[in-house]
Amino acid sequence: MALLEVDNVHAYYGNIHALKGISLTVEEGEIVSLIGGNGAGKTTTLRSISGLLSPREGTITLRGEDLRQYKAHQLVSKGVAMVPEGRGVFARLTVEENLQMGAYHRSDRDGIAKDMRRVYQLFPRLEERKGQVAGTMSGGEQQMLATGRAMMSRPTLLLMDEPSMGLAPVLVEAIFQTIEEINKEGTTILLVEQNAHMALQIANRGYVLQTGEIVLQDSAKSLQQNAMVQKAYLGID
Amino acid sequence: MMAQLDVRNTIRMGLLAGVVAVSLSMIGMVEAFDQRDVITDVFSLGQLLLFTAPAIVGYMVVQRGKVKAYGPALFGGLIAGVFAALPIFALLILTLIFPNIRAQLVNVSPTLIGILAFGNGQVVGGLLMTAVMGILGLLGAAIYVIPDRIGNPLILGLGWTLLVGVLSEVLLNILRPLLPRAVLRFLFGTKGITFATAVILLILITTGIVWWQEKGREQAKARREAMSSGQQKTRRQVSLGMGLILLFVLPLILGTYLTEVVDNVGLYILMGLGLNIVVGFAGLLDLGYVAFFAIGAYTVGVLTSQGGLGVGHLSFWVALPIAVATSTMAGMLLGVPVLRMRGDYLAIVTLGFGEIIRVLATSDLLKPVIGGAQGVLQIPKPEIFGFTVIQPQHFYYVILAGVFLAIFLSSRLRDARLGRQWMALREDEDVAEAMGIHLVKTKLLAFGIGAAFSGLAGAIFAARLSSIFPHSFNLLISINVLSLIIVGGMGSLPGVVVGALVLVGLPELLREFAEYRLLLYGALLIAMMVTKPEGLWPSPVRRRELRAAEEETAPQIEQVG
Ligand SMILES: Nc1ncnc2c1ncn2[C@@H]1O[C@H](COP(=O)(O)OP(=O)(O)O)[C@@H](O)[C@H]1O
Ligand SMILES: [Mg+2]
Repeated sequence: MALLEVDNVHAYYGNIHALKGISLTVEEGEIVSLIGGNGAGKTTTLRSISGLLSPREGTITLRGEDLRQYKAHQLVSKGVAMVPEGRGVFARLTVEENLQMGAYHRSDRDGIAKDMRRVYQLFPRLEERKGQVAGTMSGGEQQMLATGRAMMSRPTLLLMDEPSMGLAPVLVEAIFQTIEEINKEGTTILLVEQNAHMALQIANRGYVLQTGEIVLQDSAKSLQQNAMVQKAYLGID
Repeated sequence: MMAQLDVRNTIRMGLLAGVVAVSLSMIGMVEAFDQRDVITDVFSLGQLLLFTAPAIVGYMVVQRGKVKAYGPALFGGLIAGVFAALPIFALLILTLIFPNIRAQLVNVSPTLIGILAFGNGQVVGGLLMTAVMGILGLLGAAIYVIPDRIGNPLILGLGWTLLVGVLSEVLLNILRPLLPRAVLRFLFGTKGITFATAVILLILITTGIVWWQEKGREQAKARREAMSSGQQKTRRQVSLGMGLILLFVLPLILGTYLTEVVDNVGLYILMGLGLNIVVGFAGLLDLGYVAFFAIGAYTVGVLTSQGGLGVGHLSFWVALPIAVATSTMAGMLLGVPVLRMRGDYLAIVTLGFGEIIRVLATSDLLKPVIGGAQGVLQIPKPEIFGFTVIQPQHFYYVILAGVFLAIFLSSRLRDARLGRQWMALREDEDVAEAMGIHLVKTKLLAFGIGAAFSGLAGAIFAARLSSIFPHSFNLLISINVLSLIIVGGMGSLPGVVVGALVLVGLPELLREFAEYRLLLYGALLIAMMVTKPEGLWPSPVRRRELRAAEEETAPQIEQVG
């Protein structure tokens, strides 16, 4: 049984048919990349999985358990965490308070303290700035913070929405390295990206999304070689 | 860069201060406040009102230019003060040219002219006024120029001395039974403190603060550090215990009238703590908060009244929890339609709710149940173990218990998971939702708990007054409560207490203020937003938020991590 199974999901915004029967699976321990251009429906897919949006049709299961019966707030304790698009840190809280927010539904103080240390290990930068107000940090630091905050809920499945958006290339590299590291420690990751180059480099498998439909799926290696992907998403002619 | 006095700006600000002083005179405030002496036979509250502006402006002009040299600074202060007197001089001359000006400017009475001219003719008086304001401006500037370690304590000393003077009547009432008459006669004059008291106070407070800054703080710190942690704990407990004892004997010290004022403050603290949960913790701007106060009051009224409208004739203590529960339900119910609204929309809709409740209370529709404009009468006083709670001093303890309970609950909730959810909600609804916070539940709990505190206040209010009328539940109460939270500091529990003392307590102590209460609110709110937007006693988070907002305007450099 796959960790996450999304089957034939249709989602609408009013009359706009944003997802037209999406199906994908994520196996335990994998990094799966979902690539696609602007408006393809990547965010909508993640919002459907995390319960922020209720699809009209289709099933979503986590280890065989129907996720659609749960509300967004219940999913966090089911082990699904999301790093929202555009980082979404609490701009006026400090770094440390942001991280604590990520663990707000937990009550195991020791565990929280341990995870906090772990996040600071992954992102030493955050520890240096733990008293700083999140809104005053650079884009890269905010992305680290949003990722760290999601880790504080000890997710089994981490959903990441375009972590590379608006970051300088050096920072993108660093963020992707951390994603790999988080994955090696046992967190399964579903990564949504326009930046196909990096996303396919660290992923096991990938899906290509176009106007609400999955048009291609394969191992990340094969996708990197695929002529259509190269032309549309990797800028290779 | 050499600090420079900007002469044009100095003149402009001086004139502005003068216009303020003239405005205060022409709306009748100066005359009304002249009845009360701050320092007996030296100057009145009305004069304090007039003379604060030039002194502050004298300080501000040199502070703005950062002028630290005595010559230019004193000169700048003098100029500002003199120009502050010009509008008043002009007003005096105007009364000379048009003796019947009172037909147009009703408040320009002979008494006011007398105050402005120090009892002299207009020309001589005007010249005197110019001299006095010039000197005050100069003194204001001088306070800025002298070293901060003396200047700041001097400002504080002046402020406290004047406050004691303004509140001298209250103090006299408290001290009368405690001190021998001869001492009282030395300290207090007929309408204020004596000049000698003022001088002594000023010197004591100022030197006290200077001493504290230079020596006392270190000594106290050293003493604290020398103590073992056990001793420190005992010390904290002792001071806490003394504070509690003081709170318990307060009504005995204050007497009936002042206790009544304190009771009023207490009810506002209760409401403030409730609204603080909604606005301060959860960030939901609610302008119809009075609705729940009304619901609490009417529930107790109808359930306990001995009059025609009474149903059940329950005892107060049975009706109280029902009132709180009803308010809580109402809070949640009214929360449902506004779940999807934010910011200004939320404010406007809740404003409407508050009005609907008031209109319903006045309406003929509900008249058979809650009495319409005639209200609910004959609400009995609460009884406890055969003892009837009648006096303000008795109600004090009921209110105190309520406030303690509300503070305890607020602080527990703030630090609990729910408090974190509120904080996330206040910061960013979308992110909060993405993090899995149940927005509906979180919001409704804030509305419900906030309404519960207000309902409790309303219930006590009804029993205290024995009768309630719809006009007691107007928009002004919502505005008062919101203002006291803002002035105290959003989200801060001590802030609510301080805000209520300043906005509700002070105006009641100075009866002259009653008429100008809203003016005072407006002025205070503006002054606070400009000089201390985080409030008088801000919560740590809020203080930082505002500092962060300032930093955000500074250019950011993307750093490589
Ligand atoms: N809140 C919304 N209301 C209406 N249409 C929306 C909304 N959010 C997204 N859409 C539409 O749904 C489609 C998919 O959007 P989205 O999932 O955000 O794309 P992506 O994340 O891949 O850029 C787009 O056509 C977009 O215009
Ligand atoms: Mg998107």
